Amino acid sequence: MGVSAYFCFVVEDLSRIAAQVRRDIVRMVYLAQSGHPGGALGAADILTALYFAHLRHKPHPWNPTGLGEDVFILSNGHICAAWYSILARSGYFPVSELATFRRINSRLQGHPATKEGLPGVRVATGSLGQGLSVAIGYALGKRLAGDPHEVYVMLGDGEINEGQIWEGALFAAHHQVGNLIAIIDRNYKQIDGDTRTVLNTDPLEAKWEAFGWEVLPLHEAHDLPTILRTLSEARQKAHQKRPIVIIAYTIMGKGVDFMENDHNWHGKPPNKDQFEKAIAQLPETLGDF
Amino acid sequence: MRPRYENLGSRDTRSGFGAGLLELGEKDERIVALSADLASSVKMDAFAQRFPHRFFQCGVAEANMIGVAAGLAGSGFIPFVGTFANFATGRVYDQIRQSVCYSGKAVKIAASHAGLTLGEDGATHQMLEDIGLMRGLPGMTVISPCDYNQTRLAALRAAYWEGPVYLRFGRPSVPNFTPPDDPTFQVGKIQVLLEGKDGVIFATGHLVWHALQAAYALEAEGLEIAVVNVHTLKPVDVEGIATYLARTPVVVSAEEHQLWNGLGDIVSWVATQHYPRRVVRVAVQDTFGESGKPDELLEKYGLSTAHIIAAVRKAIANA
Repeated sequence: MGVSAYFCFVVEDLSRIAAQVRRDIVRMVYLAQSGHPGGALGAADILTALYFAHLRHKPHPWNPTGLGEDVFILSNGHICAAWYSILARSGYFPVSELATFRRINSRLQGHPATKEGLPGVRVATGSLGQGLSVAIGYALGKRLAGDPHEVYVMLGDGEINEGQIWEGALFAAHHQVGNLIAIIDRNYKQIDGDTRTVLNTDPLEAKWEAFGWEVLPLHEAHDLPTILRTLSEARQKAHQKRPIVIIAYTIMGKGVDFMENDHNWHGKPPNKDQFEKAIAQLPETLGDF
Repeated sequence: MRPRYENLGSRDTRSGFGAGLLELGEKDERIVALSADLASSVKMDAFAQRFPHRFFQCGVAEANMIGVAAGLAGSGFIPFVGTFANFATGRVYDQIRQSVCYSGKAVKIAASHAGLTLGEDGATHQMLEDIGLMRGLPGMTVISPCDYNQTRLAALRAAYWEGPVYLRFGRPSVPNFTPPDDPTFQVGKIQVLLEGKDGVIFATGHLVWHALQAAYALEAEGLEIAVVNVHTLKPVDVEGIATYLARTPVVVSAEEHQLWNGLGDIVSWVATQHYPRRVVRVAVQDTFGESGKPDELLEKYGLSTAHIIAAVRKAIANA
């Protein structure tokens, strides 16, 4: 199976897309008066780089098995406002559908789901800790099917408190799942506060190294050229014997000054004043939904 | 003349699963298997040796195993995960709920050592709530076959049954009395083993054999008690169960499971909708088990042939 759509954008285009994604996130969460803006804003650059300049993926025809293309799974499903915007603007479904986020009869559920048939989503996530294991399963499926593509999975750094993550970390190293690339959204924030206060996961790079993974730190996690270089490095190192983890040092709430680095924006919508302040910081670059 | 079911030679139902899995592996390259450090106990070792590239040892890490299986199913494979019933359900309920059922992933969950009769390991391992847990999940099919031959057949059918399947079987050697490739075994339908006008015993799993022995014993008193094997606990064969409820007011359910949420509830649920009947339940009475030999446990916890006979008498008195 060939890959029909391999997107290639220059960095200026990517930054315009990321800007619109941020605007979409804030508008979606404001319109729904519910959702998770902080993590979504923090992951917007990485997801933009992935979908518009790295993943070899095919929005049409939507192929749920993911064979013949790269697969992405959002394990920290609560930041789906970002993912939905990216999927819509990649062509998986109409951009206008973003207006239905979290509303009755929508395919854009509060956490990603497959039941309503939203193209781009292959497994339900939201209850944390499960997506890494599912990604491993897709990666093994590719291995068995002789498919040379990769499986990418994003994890939250609060999410990795879950024991199942470390079961998956052991398994992927033991079974040499080299076509798996995990990305940890390392913003040091979780619902109840700083990760170092709630349940310390430092030293994180050393932990994954000790588990047998190839660790790629991504320190400039909002700099698109740096993100693209790190993703390329990950692909170059893939298909060896070690699974790969990119630890992306992001800023929760990135792009809206009063949301940045504040864990209180984990799962709270802005009110009218806050929305107006936020949207003034986020230019409309591609046209609002 | 009512048929006489004879023991063709006692065998463990888990070995029936193992035989079915191996046959599936020979016929279909999409069949993959995963175990959580219990491949030999769940009789997946023959498959693992024959198809090492399609077997994934997960270690003692069941949550991850369920997720990996969901991903393999999503990629187009037919994964069977095997472990003990408590580790296959309660321990990983949320993983089955979200990554398997809600995500529409056709993972086949093979659960051995269900019920009391795993014996000496005791209550930590004696899963008695699993039918309830699994049948509560939208999209899940629940199958509880009665002997070796039926468990082999159930494994073969589970592979190609749409959606996720929970396949429940056990550890001890028990009478094997249904024919190989039994044409009367159909997933989703009750299996009428004995017809009878004087009452009906709905049974599942290991207790089907005991229900037959109870029915034969009651023949000496001139009673013809029907025995219906409810091997599929979801989807419920509502019409099949209702048909037998309509024929007789003497109704007994028998299961190696907790009093709640299992076969007794299913029969009562059909009765409340379609044909009101009092249902006398043979089940574990809202308690945990303990160490002991299988027959000692069935006796102590009220699941023996004698208890089923007593339940029929009680149902006759009620009627």
